[in-house]
Amino acid sequence: MIAHLPILQVIIPLMAAPICLMLKRAQLVWLFSLIASGLAFAISILLLQQVMTSGVISYELGGWQAPWGIEYRIDKLNAFLLLIVSGISTVVLFAAQTSIEKEIPKNKHVYFYILYLLSLTGMLGIVATGDAFNVFVFLEISSLSAYALIAMGKNRQALWASYQYLIMGTIGATFILIGIGLIYQMTGTLNMYDLSQRLPEVAQTRTVFAAFAFVIVGVCLKLAMFPLHLWLPNAYAYAPSIVTAFFAATATKVAVYLLIRFTFSVFGLSFSFTTVPLQTLFMALGLIGIFAASTSAIYQRNVKHLFAYSSIAQIGYMIVGFSLSTVTGLTATLLHLFNHALMKGAIFLALAAVIYRVGNIELNNLRGLGRQMPLTMAAIVIGGLSLIGVPLTVGFVSKWYLLMALIEQGWWPVAVLILLGSMLAVVYVWRIVEAAYFKAPLDNSSPVKEAPMSFLIPIWTLIIANIYFGIDTRLSVQVAEAAAQSLFGVSL
Amino acid sequence: MLMDLFNHWVVITLMMSGLYIVIAHGNLIKKIVGLSVFQTSVFIFYISMAKVDGGTAPILADDIVQYSNPLPHVLILTAIVVGIATTALGLSLVVRIKEAYGSIEEESIQQQDNQQQDNNAHAKRKQEEEA
Amino acid sequence: MIDIILLTLLVVVAIAIIRMKDLFAVVMLLGIYGLLSASFFVAMDAVDVAFTEAAVGAGISTLLMLVVIAMTGRKEKTNRHKPLPALCIVLITGGLLIYGTFDMPHFGAADAPIHQHVAPRYINDSMAEVGVPNIVTSVLASYRAFDTFGEVVVIFTAGIGVLTLLSVARRKEDAEKISSINDSMHEQHLVIRIVAKMLIPFIFLFALYVQFHGDFGPGGGFQAGVIFAAAIILYAMLFGLNTARKVINQTFIQLIAAVGVLLYGSVGIVSLMNDGNFFNYNVLASDPIAGQHLGILLIEWGVGCTVASVMMIIFFSFAGRLELHQHNERVKNQESS
Repeated sequence: MIAHLPILQVIIPLMAAPICLMLKRAQLVWLFSLIASGLAFAISILLLQQVMTSGVISYELGGWQAPWGIEYRIDKLNAFLLLIVSGISTVVLFAAQTSIEKEIPKNKHVYFYILYLLSLTGMLGIVATGDAFNVFVFLEISSLSAYALIAMGKNRQALWASYQYLIMGTIGATFILIGIGLIYQMTGTLNMYDLSQRLPEVAQTRTVFAAFAFVIVGVCLKLAMFPLHLWLPNAYAYAPSIVTAFFAATATKVAVYLLIRFTFSVFGLSFSFTTVPLQTLFMALGLIGIFAASTSAIYQRNVKHLFAYSSIAQIGYMIVGFSLSTVTGLTATLLHLFNHALMKGAIFLALAAVIYRVGNIELNNLRGLGRQMPLTMAAIVIGGLSLIGVPLTVGFVSKWYLLMALIEQGWWPVAVLILLGSMLAVVYVWRIVEAAYFKAPLDNSSPVKEAPMSFLIPIWTLIIANIYFGIDTRLSVQVAEAAAQSLFGVSL
Repeated sequence: MLMDLFNHWVVITLMMSGLYIVIAHGNLIKKIVGLSVFQTSVFIFYISMAKVDGGTAPILADDIVQYSNPLPHVLILTAIVVGIATTALGLSLVVRIKEAYGSIEEESIQQQDNQQQDNNAHAKRKQEEEA
Repeated sequence: MIDIILLTLLVVVAIAIIRMKDLFAVVMLLGIYGLLSASFFVAMDAVDVAFTEAAVGAGISTLLMLVVIAMTGRKEKTNRHKPLPALCIVLITGGLLIYGTFDMPHFGAADAPIHQHVAPRYINDSMAEVGVPNIVTSVLASYRAFDTFGEVVVIFTAGIGVLTLLSVARRKEDAEKISSINDSMHEQHLVIRIVAKMLIPFIFLFALYVQFHGDFGPGGGFQAGVIFAAAIILYAMLFGLNTARKVINQTFIQLIAAVGVLLYGSVGIVSLMNDGNFFNYNVLASDPIAGQHLGILLIEWGVGCTVASVMMIIFFSFAGRLELHQHNERVKNQESS
């Protein structure tokens, strides 16, 4: 079975989804989904080990040789991503049962788990595949389930946010489809590895340039990169809390992966960064994104909104690292992918716990919670410190690598700007600390209890990971560095 | 030269009219119609690149030497299904939005949302003052 | 020549869609747009795609939109707020695409890269490797079976998504009240009902034909599923939702939708068990070609099941919602009078 791990990675959550429909009882379905997601996580660990020791794994679906059939191609980069996505999914799912109890009507719980599994399947499929069109298909699986999941939010704004996301997401996916069509037209192949071999021959054509532009814009729409981020804040803020925790930690990561995959592996380093002025463009957009989104975050009253804007800002850091097109820069981006997933997973899960107890998530509702829900609020604070980049947290590690990468290239002013951007994070994290610890609770609010264990366990698992990987950086740095190097070495 | 590219240009015009509807129109159903037009035009683009002059449908028969390319056909079959899936989901969102907001015009929905936010903010400020 | 005429017509329809304010007309035009593009696909030799587009673009999506318009009203508000930025975006995107066309292989050129690299193997060897005359079917169901699996999952996802958004848990007495009004409404169209009753078995038969004939001509699980669902939808429209609901149990079709996905997937899992890669049909039987045939037959059934049941789920969800709306309005009217 070891040889079939790449496909099992995707097929296990996929097959689990329709089986859930037959199980009917919500509790059973939850347990079953948790097992499926856990299995996917275990497989991703095995895959990562296998890739780190013995290199790229290629799996030919249907037994048809690529490029005629579809190929799964697992290298260090996507093994790393598979680990992040399935890991976060499992941890978040652990808290799902308690959280949706109060946020989603009972008769829809089974559908919720099915859509959750499908969304997970979609993301894993996007990451694992080595075929450009297959990316589109799985992108749509993850997007469609995402629209439905977001629309399950309690308020009517969730519907509107989901609709807007659907429009933007479909435009993005169609752009990607156009881009894939154009490169297919120039090369005659859809296999990513084959594309990377055949594209240099036609790299100077106007068609390939247009294809590149369409793919990049499409991916950036999904990525919510500034200025294409408008759909994200409301979608995150009004979705059910569990959905927010899951997506904030994984969905944008998958989009970043696609960006890296297409620029570095498919179109190739020399095309993406020499023929096209991607470096300056992305550096500028990344920086503007950091400042614009962090500033907006400061002015938000809804804490979910606040952290949604912070997510857009964090994407900016990843984009800056990516735009350097150096090994260190890319390592920083990959590290930040991993670290940001840990931080935002923990923070949004903690917010879910607050919503579970308090019912609302305006800044005012946090008043006095520092005493009433000490463990949950402590988790938000540690997560916030990590967002700022305080030493001993994972946030410090990725910022450190980003600064090193910038200084290595002599981009001093940008390094200073990055530090200034972190100061803005201090401001919005402080607003939460202030509300939770230094303000008396509102008179009319009734005291609440600490969150139940089903929240605290996953939250603190992620927080401990936040601290552990902030101190012992060997594992994450080693994998990220190896993945970055492999992208710069031979293509794919 | 121009005649050879003419087909492509018409198809691009079609795609862009779809995209235009999505962006410029405020009616939610019209937007979904726009998406449909946009996607269908992309399908036309794919299918026209599969055509080979003098070719026939890719179903094997004895006396035929030239077939059109089957691969784009397969891709578009998949894409059509994806398209209808998106349309169905989008439309069900529209139904729910109509029920929740009483309108399917972007402007009016946005207005209601902003108003609600303002009201909330107002209530909050009062609360704070009292506290 | 015919393709230029069709393209021109498409442009005319697209412009009409932009300009029309009456959503009913817009939806009808969209149906025409689908039908015209289906005709264009025939001119481009893509018969399978044409079949699907006609069923989906001109059929199902038009129907769904009509149901929605019945709930939301058919007038688009006249103020178009932002034509200028939209025009800018469209011009830039379109300009970029046109810029891209200058280095494109010419329309219909046989020496274009796509006809040289991957496709020749499908055309030359699929008969020996898969043993099915319709090349589209062999690529779809065997070479790229995983894409098609993804497609089935997309449809399944949409079905579940629509269910979460639209399914209504209603009280029993309400349901009875609604249905009593509903049944009386359908007694008038006697001729249509009798004709339809005679037609429906033939539509089922046609669906089965399309299901099995996909190996040899245009058709396959997806088209068959849509046609099958169309017959049920026709029945529901003429005899009332409740009668249709009695014939077709809602939980049952949800189950079938799941079974379709599972059937498709288990073909892959069985090939795993037989030491083949996922979806390697060669290992399903002692003879590779027989294995391919078996594999394709089974997955086409999986596609057919899921597509037919999801189409029904979607239709019943929308129509059920419409019924509820009409009922509520009637109650409101009664109260006010």
